[in-house]
Amino acid sequence: MRNRKKTINDFKMAIAARSVNESFCRAAVGAFAALCDPTVEELSDLKTAVSEAVTNCIVHGYREKPGRIYIDAALLEGNVLRVKIRDKGCGIEDVSRAMEPLFTTAGGERSGLGFTVMESFTDSLKVRSAPGKGTVVTLTKKITGKCDG
Amino acid sequence: MTITQENGSMTARLTGEIDHHTAAYLRHAIDASFVRIRPDRLILDFSGVTFMDSSGVGLALGRYRQTRAAGGTLVLTGLSDRDRRMMQLSGMQNKEGIEFR
Ligand SMILES: Nc1ncnc2c1ncn2[C@@H]1O[C@H](COP(=O)(O)OP(=O)(O)OP(=O)(O)O)[C@@H](O)[C@H]1O
Ligand SMILES: [Mg+2]
Repeated sequence: MRNRKKTINDFKMAIAARSVNESFCRAAVGAFAALCDPTVEELSDLKTAVSEAVTNCIVHGYREKPGRIYIDAALLEGNVLRVKIRDKGCGIEDVSRAMEPLFTTAGGERSGLGFTVMESFTDSLKVRSAPGKGTVVTLTKKITGKCDG
Repeated sequence: MTITQENGSMTARLTGEIDHHTAAYLRHAIDASFVRIRPDRLILDFSGVTFMDSSGVGLALGRYRQTRAAGGTLVLTGLSDRDRRMMQLSGMQNKEGIEFR
């Protein structure tokens, strides 16, 4: 159903998987979303979800080693923003387990809440992953503002 | 971030954006002062924070473990409603030795 929605506007970017770029990634998606005049709340929700996914690429996907993150954002008809965040890192063995609240393989200062936060701050979350190949996270969020087509 | 101390309390006033990148610096700065001051109470003041993701939750949980190990209390204050909700997804509000203000 989601795929049948017409794309009205879109952008793609590829960026080095470095932690310094986390703020750039969420700001870039935020600036694209801002074209739709979202509420402050909608914008922070989206930026938080993007920040979670991008951080996961860096921390888990590439284990803080060099790599690239691919972001594909689209505004679909019906004021729906769809953001895909992809890495070509280690992938996830058991996706449903990884998505459980508080589950983390990192320990230390990670809380295991990234997927839970993505889920609660967006309208849909889809995770596709293959060990050794990488991970794609697809988020969608409906924006209540008016978008220029 | 600014760090102050008073009557056995240490307060870290966090500012700007907290993500995985900035949390590393904040953690080091807070921990360096913590071992020097040895406070009974560590107060993390989030009122100057403009953005936070789950790295902020990890930062608080890490400081909680540290204050607990030293027999002290962690106080979280100045959180926006959404950031407080994010913190509480971890269940930390039900733990001994942690206060939300
Ligand atoms: N892009 C990814 N590549 C490989 N593994 C991943 C990726 N994203 C998530 N994971 C796995 O899923 C687990 C859960 O991710 P989640 O974001 O929910 O928590 P976390 O990153 O461990 O902690 P937090 O996000 O709270 O700092 C991770 O610990 C990791 O094992
Ligand atoms: Mg995470």
